[in-house]
Amino acid sequence: MNSEGGPTALSQTTSIRPARTFTANRALQQEEGLLFEIGRLDVTGVDLEEPAAFVPRLGGLERAGAIGLPGLSEPEAMRHYVRLSQKNYGIDSGLFPLGSCTMKHNPRLNEKMARLPGFADIHPLQPQSTVPGALALMEMLSHWLIEMTGMNAVALSPKAGAHGELCGMMAIKAALAARGEHERQVVLVPDSAHGTNPATAALIGFSVRSVPAGADGMVRADAVKAALDGDVAAIMLTNPNTCGLFEAEIVAIAEAVHEAGAYFYCDGANFNAIVGKARPGDLGVDAMHINLHKTFSTPHGGGGPGAGPVVLSAALAPFAPAPYLRRDGWGLRLVEDSAREGDHAPFGRLTAFHGQMGMYVRALSYMLSHGANGMKQASEDAVLNANYIRAGLSDLLSQPFGDQPCMHEVLFDDAWLKGTGLTTLDIAKALIDEGYHPMTIYFPLVAHGAMLIEPTESESKLSLDLFIATMRDLALAVKAGEKERFLSAPRLSPRRRLDETRAARQPVLRWKPRAPLPQAND
Amino acid sequence: MSSLRFTKEHEYVRLDGDIATIGITDYAQKQLGDVVFVELPDVGAKLERGKQAAIVESVKAASEVYAPLTGVVIAVNEALPDTPAIVNSSPLAGGWFLKMTLAHAGEMDVLMSEADYNAYVETLG
Repeated sequence: MNSEGGPTALSQTTSIRPARTFTANRALQQEEGLLFEIGRLDVTGVDLEEPAAFVPRLGGLERAGAIGLPGLSEPEAMRHYVRLSQKNYGIDSGLFPLGSCTMKHNPRLNEKMARLPGFADIHPLQPQSTVPGALALMEMLSHWLIEMTGMNAVALSPKAGAHGELCGMMAIKAALAARGEHERQVVLVPDSAHGTNPATAALIGFSVRSVPAGADGMVRADAVKAALDGDVAAIMLTNPNTCGLFEAEIVAIAEAVHEAGAYFYCDGANFNAIVGKARPGDLGVDAMHINLHKTFSTPHGGGGPGAGPVVLSAALAPFAPAPYLRRDGWGLRLVEDSAREGDHAPFGRLTAFHGQMGMYVRALSYMLSHGANGMKQASEDAVLNANYIRAGLSDLLSQPFGDQPCMHEVLFDDAWLKGTGLTTLDIAKALIDEGYHPMTIYFPLVAHGAMLIEPTESESKLSLDLFIATMRDLALAVKAGEKERFLSAPRLSPRRRLDETRAARQPVLRWKPRAPLPQAND
Repeated sequence: MSSLRFTKEHEYVRLDGDIATIGITDYAQKQLGDVVFVELPDVGAKLERGKQAAIVESVKAASEVYAPLTGVVIAVNEALPDTPAIVNSSPLAGGWFLKMTLAHAGEMDVLMSEADYNAYVETLG
């Protein structure tokens, strides 16, 4: 059993109820139905002429009745989507301290560059000779990713972090197969890992062996050595780890893994903490994904699909998936064929095309606009900001591994809530009332009732001071026994505390139309 | 004499003759919070001590339930999949997970007594 979580049922005793309004709107926070609830069949935002008489060619299979799509006038359609957008909370609305997610500002310059017609208006099926600029951009991005990580090659096509893990682990599998070592079926994963690590290993047929973290939250080389044997294919390690700590024994771990004939996969989710400070290649990493939407400021969804390029060591570079960039006598080209070519022996291909061009443009725009110094400073500021929050809260909150300097994120646990009847979840809900997206909670699992806070470098000192003051106010309210404020939270949001238990036990999985509103002429 | 024994992973074993009933403890259900899903092994499945026997999922966590003993599953609690809430309301009685045979009687001896388990839980805070 692990021992996370706690009762999440609604407080039955709460005395604080929101004021009800006639419209169900709460001041300027407006309720908004689904299109099928607010649209009408007899309304349309555009006038289309009745088509001239024509002979259908559907062999009698054409629809007989009305299609039943809801119609809205243009202002109604505008209001619908604007209201929905206003329900969103994003990095453009406020501090988004979601640990391990690196919710940093997405510079507007990135957007401007991504909209240049030479990048925005091209198609993956265009002949390569018509898109030399796009290929050159991919080459430049590859160069800087390799440079910053100290690796040998990069596979650009993976679409996200977990997809990148899959790519890296498939390259490892291909390398082992090329060595004829099919008996290596075990992947070591520390218990502080992202859940995607063991999931990735299992998906491609490895079994997972857990490596316990030491009392200080770090993985010990001795523990890794004890778990290594001839069956081990690789270790998957996150650095800095999910406790916000730099794995101090990472070089010894890499050496032990290589000595045992295995590969070292590094989860690069937290790369933002070390850009310009440490190169994974120098630490002995064989493969690492880079979340462009974290470290290199491309949007986390919403603004487009993600991208998780994977950098590879010399040992794994030949197995990078197709397509890959190659500059030779033919000039710069994208090799589409996954058959062996020269020293390349791709394990196959992961995506239909070459990956997410729009994210490449944004990431390179971030790199070039910040420069080497700027990116290094961004990492330093991210670490400084996390430590500023740690220092501002360490006397009131508890840390699972003691009060020690952290990297880009600071991990608190729920020891400080002991005996109060409140849980980590209650603190997160109360933060919503204060206008903040909550921190990551109940992850990593190695900390009891974890609260993982990552402010990123985007926040000013003023912003951090307000967040710290808010957290201090909440902590003092906890200590003063103001239970109601937490158990009933969020009180001010459009929807109040959700009944997660009922949602899981009696899920409503199908939308049903509401009863129609009474019409004036009824 | 109480035949109730416990593991450090918060499973309990109630021995009745040569049939062992397995479930999770009151401490475990409190830590998990509201249980929303239970996955049980098939009757006839062979369980090995320390290996996964069942899965319990609460609103906050999915967790493995380990077999405290080696043996064969002879019955599972059919009520749990539809009403997992019994694990919260009655972990040691109606909320049992499975009944199994006991391949090695000696395995009971390495489990904790109720007093030892209660003392152990105290140390967890």
